[in-house]
Amino acid sequence: MSCSLHQRKLLTIICESALEAEVAEALARHGARGHTVTDARGRGTHGLRDGSWSAGANVRFEVLCDEATALELLTVIEENYFPDYYMVAFLTDIQVLRPGKF
Amino acid sequence: MPFEPVILFFALGLLAGIIRSDLKIPGVLYESLSIFLLLAIGLKGGIELAKVPLSSVAGQAGVVLAVALLIPLAAFPVLRNLIGLSRADAASVAAHYGSVSVVTFAVAGAFLARNGVDVEGYLVVFLVLLEVPALIVGVILARQGGDTQWGRLLHEVFSGKSIVLLLGGLVIGWVAGAEGIKPLDRLFIDLFKGLLAFFLLEMGLVVAGRLGDLRRAGIGLAAFAILMPVAAGVLGIGTALAIGLSTGGAAMLATLYASASYIAAPAAMRIAVPEANPALSIGAALGITFPFNLLVGIPFYHWLAVQARSVMP
Repeated sequence: MSCSLHQRKLLTIICESALEAEVAEALARHGARGHTVTDARGRGTHGLRDGSWSAGANVRFEVLCDEATALELLTVIEENYFPDYYMVAFLTDIQVLRPGKF
Repeated sequence: MPFEPVILFFALGLLAGIIRSDLKIPGVLYESLSIFLLLAIGLKGGIELAKVPLSSVAGQAGVVLAVALLIPLAAFPVLRNLIGLSRADAASVAAHYGSVSVVTFAVAGAFLARNGVDVEGYLVVFLVLLEVPALIVGVILARQGGDTQWGRLLHEVFSGKSIVLLLGGLVIGWVAGAEGIKPLDRLFIDLFKGLLAFFLLEMGLVVAGRLGDLRRAGIGLAAFAILMPVAAGVLGIGTALAIGLSTGGAAMLATLYASASYIAAPAAMRIAVPEANPALSIGAALGITFPFNLLVGIPFYHWLAVQARSVMP
């Protein structure tokens, strides 16, 4: 049996956990049909973010969507959050089943 | 004066963090411990509140709250003009110092109990009342009429877990009373100090992880982080004696005024004043003021309360 795969984008956003509710809302408002959030730890330009305590914790959002939506979402978070918050965001090409879902 | 051993757990955590031990308290345990502590503190306060007439507490609470608002309002110009912080940073730091630290309050309670000093148990009501207003003052100071998403901010602070659990515990304790809570005593009363010690171990680790922020804070902010709690503590003792609290109550209110928030305030300021640098406020509140209050401040405020009481007619 063969399966049919479709090109989509994976938008990954890693940001401070204080923003979780706000980013989730912004994603939904600008066309994301869903997202996955996980707790994240790491080190970057803002030092160690070890997740042991709420103000030092990060979350990672993953959104599967088409390219136009992904670019819009990137623009929204770049304008609203990049200046003041600890945040990185990047796009990856992926292939999905059930294209109507994303 | 007996030393309070729970702060040794804080020292151990601090040491473990400094020597880069692989000791790590999982985030879920930290969350669980903080939920337990908040509920237990609320319950104990509620049980005590049930023993006194609400009207007398309401009058005291009004004074305590009004005086507490002076703290961020006085801190802001000092931070802005003397220390030279930006408007956003000064407002954010002022909000942290105007709000309160639940754990510092709990350690003060343990310290006074160990020394056999009686405290009005219903002071938890003040703890609940003092958490939020300074955050709102901080946002007003930062914005000065600019646009703020007040709805979101108010939801953030009033639906935050510390208010929900403290206030919830307070109401449950008040409704159920000491007899009603008795079956839960083993969990919420007997285990309290052990779990507080555990939480302080974690706080030691967290503080050790923020020591780098202190370098960014600079000498002026470091001095502020010690002088501000002392000044606020003196204000607390004066207020407590004026409204007729006991010596132990005065030491507790001084501790409340002197303590700086490092849980509710960082979360609220991050959303409401995003341009403020969190490393400054958290470095000062958690890196300096929290350990200062634990190690030096609490015994000092108690000593000061005793002295003030002895010169009162």
